Amino acid sequence: MLRFLVRRVAFGALVMLIVSLVVFILFYVASDPASSFCGRTCTPERKTQIKIVLGLNRSYPRQYLSFLNHLLHGDLGTSFVNRISVNSVIKSGLPATASLALGAAVLWLLMGIPIGITAATKPRSVRDRLATLFALVGVSLPSFVVGLMLLNLLFFQLTTHGHPWFPPSGYVGITDNPLQWARHLLLPWFTLAFITAAAYARLTRGSMLEVLGEDYIRTARAKGLRERTVIYKHGLRSALTPVITLLGIDIGTLLGGTVVTEQLFGLQGIGQSALNAVHNNDLPVVLGTVLVAAFFIVLANIVVDLLYAVLDARVRLS
Amino acid sequence: MSLSIEKSEAGADLPRPEGDVLVRLTGVVKHFPITSGVIRRKEVGRVHAVDGVDLEIRRGETLGLVGESGCGKSTLARLITGLQPVTKGSITFEGVELTKLGRRQMTPYRREIQMIFQDPYGSLNPRRRVGSIIGDPYDIHDVAAGDERKRLVQELMEVVGLNPEHYNRFPAEFSGGQRQRIGVARALALKPKLIVCDEPVSALDVSIQAQVINLLADLQKEFGLTYLFIAHDLSVVRHVSDRVAVMYLGKVGEQAEADELYGHPRHPYTGALLSAVPIPDPDRAASKRRVRLYGDVPSPINPPSGCRFHPRCPKAQDDCTTVDPLLIPAHGDPADHLTACHHPVEDGEDLALARPSISQPDPVAEAPDLPTADSLADRRTP
Amino acid sequence: MSETLVPAQPDTPVTAAAKEGAVVARTPTQLAWRRIKRDKVSLAAAVFILFVILVAIFAPVVCHIIGQSPTSQDRGDHGLTLDGVPVGPSRYHWLGTDEVGRDVLARLIYGSRISLIVGVLATAFELVIGIVVGLLAGYYSGKTDTLLSRFMDVVLSFPFILTALSIVAVTGPSLWVSIVVITFFGWSNIGRIVRGQVLSMREREFVEAARSLGAGDLRIMRKDLLPNLVGPLIVYSTLLIPVNIVSEATLSFLGLGVVPPTATWGNMLAGSADGLYRVAWWYLTFPAMALVLTTLAFNLLGDGLRDALDPRADRVLATK
Repeated sequence: MLRFLVRRVAFGALVMLIVSLVVFILFYVASDPASSFCGRTCTPERKTQIKIVLGLNRSYPRQYLSFLNHLLHGDLGTSFVNRISVNSVIKSGLPATASLALGAAVLWLLMGIPIGITAATKPRSVRDRLATLFALVGVSLPSFVVGLMLLNLLFFQLTTHGHPWFPPSGYVGITDNPLQWARHLLLPWFTLAFITAAAYARLTRGSMLEVLGEDYIRTARAKGLRERTVIYKHGLRSALTPVITLLGIDIGTLLGGTVVTEQLFGLQGIGQSALNAVHNNDLPVVLGTVLVAAFFIVLANIVVDLLYAVLDARVRLS
Repeated sequence: MSLSIEKSEAGADLPRPEGDVLVRLTGVVKHFPITSGVIRRKEVGRVHAVDGVDLEIRRGETLGLVGESGCGKSTLARLITGLQPVTKGSITFEGVELTKLGRRQMTPYRREIQMIFQDPYGSLNPRRRVGSIIGDPYDIHDVAAGDERKRLVQELMEVVGLNPEHYNRFPAEFSGGQRQRIGVARALALKPKLIVCDEPVSALDVSIQAQVINLLADLQKEFGLTYLFIAHDLSVVRHVSDRVAVMYLGKVGEQAEADELYGHPRHPYTGALLSAVPIPDPDRAASKRRVRLYGDVPSPINPPSGCRFHPRCPKAQDDCTTVDPLLIPAHGDPADHLTACHHPVEDGEDLALARPSISQPDPVAEAPDLPTADSLADRRTP
Repeated sequence: MSETLVPAQPDTPVTAAAKEGAVVARTPTQLAWRRIKRDKVSLAAAVFILFVILVAIFAPVVCHIIGQSPTSQDRGDHGLTLDGVPVGPSRYHWLGTDEVGRDVLARLIYGSRISLIVGVLATAFELVIGIVVGLLAGYYSGKTDTLLSRFMDVVLSFPFILTALSIVAVTGPSLWVSIVVITFFGWSNIGRIVRGQVLSMREREFVEAARSLGAGDLRIMRKDLLPNLVGPLIVYSTLLIPVNIVSEATLSFLGLGVVPPTATWGNMLAGSADGLYRVAWWYLTFPAMALVLTTLAFNLLGDGLRDALDPRADRVLATK
């Protein structure tokens, strides 16, 4: 188990190294950071000066090593635009992004898994067909369409009819006011949850159907256990393993920034910062957010693999 | 190159030149390493699939190869056809060493050695038409193309008893027996010298088995083919084979002329296999006693010491646990009836009555402990 | 089997074949076609997709017929109200106008071109890369497989939108950047599927048979493995096209895709998100409907195709 962990972490570190190399090439070799730092009113003298200050006059390998050195010390650099450290940009964005991702995850699990189970326990029934339709519609809906519809119906229509239940945008810290926090996040949560729940319903259905076909389920039924016990105690347990795998990776991906949803609902999260940085040509912030997002994905993959090993004894052997 | 016209010189009625060896296996070993670890693969063990086999296949004969599943007979087939590289030992075809050849150099011998597979469903690509499957060999070896290929393929289809008009059908449109005929046609296409038949009928219905076997026999007569016929079913093997070799756990236990082997089985394993063959006459069947073997085939990862059969053998003695018996003639048998056994079965001996007498008493034990000096000294003769 | 059975059945080959030939079987393709013909939903989806494709191809003709252009602003009363607010559906502009008075219907028609071009081209590129990498990884296994699989893992470790953001930040947005970015993130899924299929097929006897005939690796991949991948790949591509259409729309929505004033469904929705959804419901509803109906049609068709081609493969979507 420990060796497995060590190997997994080593590979994760390798992935991060490759990601850092790719973004370095993208931002320092393929593009011109000096002129983007310089801004619109740039003179050649100023640009040369900037190159010296930023260390851009050194060779690329040396630049990369120094970049890597900073990374290893947890320093993601400084914004070109407002001279704030990228670390603090991400730190300030993380609460909103994390609240959004985790809350949405709870919601989509609550929606997706029951729908999947219902569909799987009666395959080819009307319930199953409805669940399939729900899943297909969910998969077909882009998040910004769902978000726009929710904004239109639940914020705009309700508000114009005198029921300002949902605010259109903004983020309130959970420590400042938990109730306002939830109220501001409800629409974003639903936006994310609705499109993701579809995939979970499908996955749960498929994996549940497979598990219910196993011999031990037949044995459990033959023993005379109630159908409820068979499904929830014997079936669900192993059927949820792939769901947990997907959940881990999804949360990892979302923690790196949910650009569309944050943008739509004006949540100052990591994704929003990244998007603004792209529009402002603020390369260090873009680069930092990409690295952080990749880090979350790699971390989630490691956690999922470990969880999987714990849940599924068969993996542990190999 | 036309198949149906050419007839072979080595027809069945001609006396077979004794000792004209087509394929010779010497000390052939195939181990499959079991590895673990992702970044640095470490070998943690090996499957001894084939573990030192000497065998010769003579021109024009059918050599039957019998054994339980997992005894290594299919692996042996894949070694001879070059599908798997050997770990050790030599395989010669008409005197040419095959094991050292590269892929390019092997190509001419691929034409001479063909294979018929066990599973008529798995061995035909479900997405390709029969004509294209049977014509594959012509395509691969640049023998014929276009209409010429079609003509050859349809000729072949007729030879193996398929309707040539079914040229454009998919394998799914044929029954199991017909599919095996497709497999036979494909193996026949390049007019090989040797066809390795890997349990060609075990996946078929009994009634279809006979048809395919008869087809193989006819083709052998017509084209002077040599067969290595692998089966786990002794009765099929007896019907088709000139000589039979019995394999157990990667080794040959006994080999002889078919009638000699069936009439005078020397290896207790052969005896046990023969006693398991159902007898169609109920009176004789009732009087016959089956030889009961203990336990399962031991793991080829960790084969038993000495004679590999000793943990299950009704005649096992202490020496069987330590000394690997040589494959030699026993009890004054003819020179090509070879048996690898310390205590071969006598003619007329009832194996069902035999009981092992190994000092270490548990007959089910898969891997016995090494014998003590005490057990070696205390040798009782049966 | 008893040995007495063997001579019992006299058998001249041709009569035996005629006897066995009584089995009437259909090829997998025929079976699939029969199943899909009975599936009304899939047929409807296919017809809708065909409609969208035709509209996209003949966009100039269609716009000429309705007498609108996607880029010209209607400076009259039917374009914008006096307050500069878009005008709703009318007999001049059937689906209303947008924030600068352009015809929404014409823009939708032209937008379908971008969606389909990106959806189809990106999927095609993903297929090519995915098939090559998946075949190599699955067929050669061992070190090649480890290397390629790890490479796919690395690709999947890049956050899609953020990396797309950064690439666009460097190159600037354009149609081709969108296609390249989407392809880069999509091919590894196909690669994984192909690899898995090849791994399970590699040990089948027909591959061994081909090898025993002396077929080379390339030939086996092309003639024996690839034909068996066609089914799953058709299904997966049909399901991948809507994913890519949504990805393109998302990039456009964020202002990172095809640049305005070119009409794309994502651009239109971005305009709507800019507050217009409060006053111009048509500017939100119709582009959203176009996008959702198109992706839904592809998904329904893909779902139906999967059932038709392989009734037991519930896994294609699950692996996504």
